[in-house]
Amino acid sequence: MRTGRSRVRGLAALIAAGSLVVSGCGGGDIEDSAAPEGGADCGDFDMAINPWVGYEASAHVVGYVAATELGCNVEYKSLKEEVAWQGFGSGEVDVVIENWGHEDLKQTYIEEQGTAQDAGPNGNMGVIGWYVPPWMAEEYPDITDWQNLNKYADLFVTSESGGKGQLLDGDPSFVTNDEALVANLGLNFTVVYAGSEPALIQAFRSAEENRTPLLGYFYDPQWFLSEVPLVKVDLPPYTDGCDADPAAVACDYPQYILDKIVATDFAESGSPAYDLVEAFEWTNEDQNIVARYIAEDGMDPEDAAQKWVEDNPDIVQGWLA
Amino acid sequence: MSPEAPPVLAAPFQDDVTARIARLDEARRDPLLHVDGLWKVFGAKSDRIMGTPEAELSRRELMAKTGCVVAVKDVSFDVAPGEVFVVMGLSGSGKSTLVRCLTRLIEPTAGQVTVAGQDITTASDAQLRELRRRHVAMVFQHFGLLPHRRVIDNVSYGLEIRGAGKAERRARAQEMVDLVGLSGNENSYPDQLSGGMQQRVGLARALAVDPSVMLFDEPFSALDPLIRRDMQNEVIRLHHEVGKTMVFITHDLQEALKLGDRILIMRDGAMVQVGRPDEVVGAPADDYVRDFVSDVPRSHVLTLRWVMRDPRPDESLEGPVMGPDTVVRDAARRVLDSADPARVVAGQQLLGVVDRADILRVIVAEESPS
Amino acid sequence: MTTVAERPAASAAPEPPPAPGQPKPEPVRRTGLVLAAILGIWVLGWLFLQGSATLPLGRATLTDFQAKLNDLRAAFDAARDGNFFLEYVVGGISDGLEAFVVGAQDLLSQAAFPRPVPEIGWLGVVAIGAWIAYALAGLRSTILVGASLVSFGVLGYWSESIDLLIVTFTAVLIAVAIGIPLGIAMARSRVVTAIVTPILDVMQTMPSFVYLLPLVLLFSIGPSAAVMATLIYALPPVVRITAHGLRTVAASTIEATTSMGSTKAQLLRKVQLPMAKRTIIVGVNQTMMAALSIATIAALIDGPGLGEPVIEALQTLDIGAAFVSGLAIVIMAIMLDRTTTAASQRAEAERRSARYDPRRRRIGLVGGSVLAAVCVYLSRSYLWAADPSNLPDLGRPLAEAAGAATDWFTDTFSGVTGAIKDGFTYGLLNPFQSLLADSPWWLVAAVLLAVAFVLGGWRPAASTAVCLAVILAVGLWQDSMVTLTMTLVATVLVMALAVVFGVWMGRSKGADTALRPLLDAGQTIPPFVYLVPALALFGTSRFTAIVAAIVYAGPAAIKLVADGIRGVSPTTVEAAESAGSSTLQVITKVQLPMARSALVLASNQGLLYVLSMVVIGGLVGGGALGYTVVSGFSQAQLFGKGLAAGIAIVALGIMLDRITQHTAARQGRR
Repeated sequence: MRTGRSRVRGLAALIAAGSLVVSGCGGGDIEDSAAPEGGADCGDFDMAINPWVGYEASAHVVGYVAATELGCNVEYKSLKEEVAWQGFGSGEVDVVIENWGHEDLKQTYIEEQGTAQDAGPNGNMGVIGWYVPPWMAEEYPDITDWQNLNKYADLFVTSESGGKGQLLDGDPSFVTNDEALVANLGLNFTVVYAGSEPALIQAFRSAEENRTPLLGYFYDPQWFLSEVPLVKVDLPPYTDGCDADPAAVACDYPQYILDKIVATDFAESGSPAYDLVEAFEWTNEDQNIVARYIAEDGMDPEDAAQKWVEDNPDIVQGWLA
Repeated sequence: MSPEAPPVLAAPFQDDVTARIARLDEARRDPLLHVDGLWKVFGAKSDRIMGTPEAELSRRELMAKTGCVVAVKDVSFDVAPGEVFVVMGLSGSGKSTLVRCLTRLIEPTAGQVTVAGQDITTASDAQLRELRRRHVAMVFQHFGLLPHRRVIDNVSYGLEIRGAGKAERRARAQEMVDLVGLSGNENSYPDQLSGGMQQRVGLARALAVDPSVMLFDEPFSALDPLIRRDMQNEVIRLHHEVGKTMVFITHDLQEALKLGDRILIMRDGAMVQVGRPDEVVGAPADDYVRDFVSDVPRSHVLTLRWVMRDPRPDESLEGPVMGPDTVVRDAARRVLDSADPARVVAGQQLLGVVDRADILRVIVAEESPS
Repeated sequence: MTTVAERPAASAAPEPPPAPGQPKPEPVRRTGLVLAAILGIWVLGWLFLQGSATLPLGRATLTDFQAKLNDLRAAFDAARDGNFFLEYVVGGISDGLEAFVVGAQDLLSQAAFPRPVPEIGWLGVVAIGAWIAYALAGLRSTILVGASLVSFGVLGYWSESIDLLIVTFTAVLIAVAIGIPLGIAMARSRVVTAIVTPILDVMQTMPSFVYLLPLVLLFSIGPSAAVMATLIYALPPVVRITAHGLRTVAASTIEATTSMGSTKAQLLRKVQLPMAKRTIIVGVNQTMMAALSIATIAALIDGPGLGEPVIEALQTLDIGAAFVSGLAIVIMAIMLDRTTTAASQRAEAERRSARYDPRRRRIGLVGGSVLAAVCVYLSRSYLWAADPSNLPDLGRPLAEAAGAATDWFTDTFSGVTGAIKDGFTYGLLNPFQSLLADSPWWLVAAVLLAVAFVLGGWRPAASTAVCLAVILAVGLWQDSMVTLTMTLVATVLVMALAVVFGVWMGRSKGADTALRPLLDAGQTIPPFVYLVPALALFGTSRFTAIVAAIVYAGPAAIKLVADGIRGVSPTTVEAAESAGSSTLQVITKVQLPMARSALVLASNQGLLYVLSMVVIGGLVGGGALGYTVVSGFSQAQLFGKGLAAGIAIVALGIMLDRITQHTAARQGRR
């Protein structure tokens, strides 16, 4: 038995040696990839991918341009926001390309630790609010005014809502004041947590398909809006500071100016990729197009980005100028 | 202690049994195995019971009072070099615990065990290991073989762990395999062998280390009756050939009578009687033993010593001469054929006579113990 | 697969038998009656006290304890820089792991710059894998491994699959290096067992979402943190099973070899380890399966592997893509399971076989290695042998078909399933939840303690008391009760399924053969894959969470019951049949009662498996503790609360485990 084992070991060594010798002979049709043109100083460019498709669209467009025009070695890392921000300090992440507020993270990583910094808005506007599927807006036109919600509360009762109307919230990472809103607006509703974005989207998709009532938290830009154009319910309008006390909120969500956050080290590295990130700006419309390519047409994010970049050379040139 | 083998004594089945008995009695003055006041009590704080009046309680009373169980209760005996010493009792009588205390597989609570002059009870771990490796080997009821090793490697295990070289190990193991009649099976795995053959492996393994004392813990209880008989004969044969000192545990009286030079009968952990087979059958110590031996064909065990009587004045003293330790059954033919009573003679001395009626009384009246 | 990811094997530590010679007079028990009385008192209390002292906690509210956990993390975060231990020791481990994984990726799965492809292309990897399988496990496994590896390329997930293999093997290697010595120590020392067992319990029941963030703090994002997360979850099986294997080596053999004068080291090396070898390999197998099952979670911290496409597909609700990448994980699980099992049996079987010819085997090995070397050479030189996209693409059509099939299924049945959900929720779930979560906490605590005592005696009652105290202390009483409700209801359903299918499989070989692969798939496919169809059928609800838990926990329970039924002595069944019993009578009066210990074990495992799905349930509307754990992972200010929820889940798990285990022990003694 002992001899048997040492024989196996010997053979393993033989294989390893053999394969190296054989492969050393060269030949074949595999050629080393050429060093990218003119971008020797770009080097590695690490982009966090936060878990929603719109983000993915923005990141891949920037990444595609960085790779093809600047010769960067782009790495995408799928991470939740919180985790991505941690990565700034350790050098694992250079850029978060679409940030929704996150004042607490800014406080920690920009103000206190100084590992990250703001690189300006990316042009997208974030809208958060309460939405109903389109068929409901048609059937009950006045439902889009919050003051009528109590009238329809019975429609929204589900097995989960304990006899009240159900307001469906999504992924726990999203910013939400909904429990306070329901209380402070005197609504006969209760907040039910779907727990994840796919759950929320699937709920809206089923609601529209089967014409079942649903009131839920949603946001724009989001690729799903191009599949099912959800209708926003108007809450009391946002005014500066009306959401200062989280417990007393009784107004709509503010519009978020989505911005780009970069690692301080990356910003100071002089990488051409940083200039690209700083210059990057596009509209919700642009993002939704690319997101739709990915989510609905099932395109590879890289292909989707390529398609949009080729269709919009002027905008891209603007970023590189 | 002396590593050399004990003197080989004449085996008990030679004609001159009397001489063997005498020789063993003589040798027992310098016993190979000496057990003195051995106790084993299971349970919490069992050591505190020793020396108190509680130790004298019966098993059941002690259990009720302290929760402790006495497995071995004040046992003492000596085993002579070359002797086959059988410990017999029903299950639960403490015999298996006793044999394990001899090499401290189970730690005794009190008492002393000496093997070839070395006190086992105070031996260090290293000394104990040395003793187990070289002087005492054991054969188990459930064999305890290593299932992942071939027969030959099982047999050489004891030599291997004491650091013997590979060639030596191999040669010695092969010798033992041949000795126990397993030639040709050395490359089998234990589970490919029958129970009897597995126990032969156990036997060979114990013999391989050439021990001074061999301990057998009910080695044949798990075997079929026919195979058991074969194995008993095998042990007798091996004893003839190698003359090892043996301590043999069994619950089978027939086995005890067949193999033992002497028998220790245990009950509830305590010694009831120690003696030669014919003594146990001929003079049971109490009703328990009497009951035990009542089914034994007395003619197979009792010797002429037990049936002889003084010659009557008118009797002829011309009959055949026999030793006092001749078993009745073996003597029967000649006594029955002879017109004159047989003379029982030890050395030059006439001990008594046995006539046809004496023999027939034993053979016919098996049922009525005197 | 006899041994897929026995997830929460908290039951692997059997109770020591009662001290010998202490026969207790068994009092006549009227357990059923007592339980009914407890239930009666409970319902009465609920009627009058409903809604008081339920200890609810708002979603964004934090207790002092939870806030402290937050502070702790912040302090830790701040102290990270400049700390020698963290920077050099942990940092060194982290760098080493990363270098190892990345090196292996360059070699096998990812483009090794400046090459456009890895050092060894797909053909070479397939050949090497097949050769290893041949050397370790034999010809059948060679075919299985070769076909499985090729299928990864054909499904379109070559590099992800090989990445997952790399991470899994790295974690398993470390687990074995730590786990076997630890298992040995546990087998030899009661003290070590007493210390290590609760730690292993926590490692297995603590939801991985809870420790992902702290791990990232220590090991930074990427492969090394992923390996560590995998290691935490995968280590316990090999430790427990090694200890178990060593403890169960036949006492007679140990005694015999001790009597020959073996030292402890000799005993271990020559007797215990060889005799426990097969059990230990089962432990390694379990560890491997556990490592695979955490792949999708590790993807959340940028762990390389098949988890990534699963998560991505989930974001776009792309059921087809999720299915195909999930399928690759199932194939990998089956490949690893069957190969390790075969490897554990090969050596012995071969040496024992009369036809074994070492020369033939040597020739096979050398021939195979030459073949493998040629393949490696080809895969280094020619693009067709290097780039797996040259293989036919089965992934896309399969994904489309799976998507279409799911759409059809959900469209057709969503009406019915909605009604089922509503009926079940209103009829059973809501009332039961109200009983648990709306009764005053002290009433529920008293009831749980009483039930633990009645079923298992004072020991599980003591464990229950401690666990309930922990739940109170972390401040999540009501959420815990909601989660407990779902766990119990799901377990009841799991057991109902287990009895029906387990009896069927136990009695019919054909049913067993047909169902087993499905059960294997149910156990190994990442839950993320079937969440979307479940959502489409049942909406976002607690019931959906329960369904997901049943899909995951059902197979294990069914297998255990089936094994138990099959283990019933055929003689007894024969006797019952010869007495004229009908089939139903044989099942209910003979087979099920005799398989009682298997049933209790199945419910123990079922409970723990269900509990391990709490977090997944939180993603589809399960709410309560699962949701809190996820939110702690997602939002920094909720970290403390998420950790607290994780602790509450562990407490629930240990409580349920102890109660069922002691109940089982008592049943067994009867």
